[in-house]
Amino acid sequence: MPNNKNETTGLIGWIDERFPLSSFIKNHLTEYYAPKNFNFWYFFGALALFVFVMQILTGIFLTMHYKPDAALAFASVEYIMRDVSFGWLIRYLHSTGASLFFVVIYLHMFKGLMYGSYKKPRELLWLFGVLIFLLLMAEAFFGYLLPWGQMSYWGAQVIVNLFATIPFIGPDLAEWVRGDYLVSDATLNRFFAFHVIALPLALAGLIFGHLIALHEVGSNNPDGVEIKAVKDKKTGIPLDGIPFHPYYTVKDLIGLSVFLIVFASIVFFAPEMGGYFLEHNNFVPANPLVTPDHIAPVWYFTPFYSILRAVPPILNSQFPGVAAMGLSVMIFFLVPWLDKSPVRSIRYKGLLYKKWLTAFVLSFFVLGYLGTVPSNIWGQFNSLLPLLGGGDVATFVARIFTAIYFSFFIFMPYYSKKDKTKKVPNRVTMP
Amino acid sequence: MANGNKKIDLNRRKFLLNATSVTGAIGATALGVPFVSSMLPSEKAKAAGAPVEFDVSSVSPGQIKTTEWRGQPVWILNRSKGMLLSLEANSNNLSDPDLKVVSQQPKYCQNATRSIKSNVLVVVGICTHLGCSPSPKLDKKGDMGAEWEGGFFCPCHGSKFDLAGRVYKGSPAPTNLVVPPHKYLDDNTIVIGEDQEEKA
Repeated sequence: MPNNKNETTGLIGWIDERFPLSSFIKNHLTEYYAPKNFNFWYFFGALALFVFVMQILTGIFLTMHYKPDAALAFASVEYIMRDVSFGWLIRYLHSTGASLFFVVIYLHMFKGLMYGSYKKPRELLWLFGVLIFLLLMAEAFFGYLLPWGQMSYWGAQVIVNLFATIPFIGPDLAEWVRGDYLVSDATLNRFFAFHVIALPLALAGLIFGHLIALHEVGSNNPDGVEIKAVKDKKTGIPLDGIPFHPYYTVKDLIGLSVFLIVFASIVFFAPEMGGYFLEHNNFVPANPLVTPDHIAPVWYFTPFYSILRAVPPILNSQFPGVAAMGLSVMIFFLVPWLDKSPVRSIRYKGLLYKKWLTAFVLSFFVLGYLGTVPSNIWGQFNSLLPLLGGGDVATFVARIFTAIYFSFFIFMPYYSKKDKTKKVPNRVTMP
Repeated sequence: MANGNKKIDLNRRKFLLNATSVTGAIGATALGVPFVSSMLPSEKAKAAGAPVEFDVSSVSPGQIKTTEWRGQPVWILNRSKGMLLSLEANSNNLSDPDLKVVSQQPKYCQNATRSIKSNVLVVVGICTHLGCSPSPKLDKKGDMGAEWEGGFFCPCHGSKFDLAGRVYKGSPAPTNLVVPPHKYLDDNTIVIGEDQEEKA
């Protein structure tokens, strides 16, 4: 006789008496109710989880052949590409996965900004998300050193030196991070440790926390309507909710199929993506004596890198630029408390918020583009011009868009309050 | 106290809890020290900074050569007369023409040419901004624009330096390039990494 509350029998019953298997499936899948009006933008959370799992799997297999040693690393990557059976495929899956991880995460974050998914009671859910984003950037950075190419080397050199600009403790801190006076074998070895064990573990924990927080408060939706507010009187099930499984598992599979078509097209036909996913200079082994003529980070870091370049040194210190770059990421943590709008979704926000969000996205793209090119790409202003004379045009443009980027956040309490919002319906709307 | 007396001494409990927590935290911090210090440069890394010798006569006037010291590129530039003349003209466009940031060169190079012999510049080829290695752009004009007097251009963030490694105004780099300690063994041989003895 079953004596568990799910009244299961047989093997499942045996398990349920000892482990909450059926309850877990009910609570998080078959009887977990998600809003029925999810749209395109709600694919990216599940896709991010998929890419995470794939990076772990491909990473395990790369680790079997890679050598974290400054003398051997570059050659071991070429060995994977040329001699290991299907090594090229596993590496391209991993490198393409890294770029697409950021594509998916950026779209996922944009969804949050559009639909106010960070507003009460989802602040903690958002904080988990920003923390995941932050660690993901660290994970990508550590991983990028491993092929030990020119771009790996000089990218790491620049980023580690960012720490050196911190007043007082900076130089010692940078030395501690590198484990040497310059980026060297010691640095490569520890970055490998961070990349393959420390950060993936931390990420897995944070993703778990992100999902727990999500299932506690329930998903937001394109209308920003709280579906738990209107429930069926008999069953207590939200009237606008549908079980996650099978409805959204099946829908996510469709999204995954489309995503995999894009993914496979890149892996098989354009794994380097014209130098954006795998930079050309990284096919040259690291040389500590020569910096390549043009160095730029991988595309997903370039908006922040542009901000770093845009801020001029103040009082003989380059720290302000570094601080601005750090702040440009950290400021996402504050969004739940900066947005004073009474409504969540952009559908019921006024024109003001739409304009600001557009300006922000535009500045993200412009800064992103400028970060991939040298700062003298558009030449210099005529030296006779007052103030601007002789300065790089691109740097000036980057400064303007840096200001717009930060204004989106800094003025948010003001414009979100002033914005003319529409009335939010009680129930979600379906197209 | 053993049985019968059921009253719980909350103050005592609180004290014990705090004392245990503090002791535990001190222990955990102490345990952290070996792990944190294991990431510092090892003895092997510290020992690797031996001085290097270089034959200056191998660099003809107007030419530059690169050697390695402590894993960093060190440039030896033999400046021609024309190059030296251009140095004075630059002063107005530089952030620190008078070498006020004294940490960037040894005392014996605290002069107009930032060198021991006026023509031979020895400088660490690492940008003071974020550690890239600038590219020598020794010739006037060229791809650097009509007003370029010759110098170094950092490809990473666009810092510009003149032919004495002094940084131009408006560059992201805050200070001049570093002149490493060096000395002349004889007329043509320098040792990088050892200071020249001060003249009495």
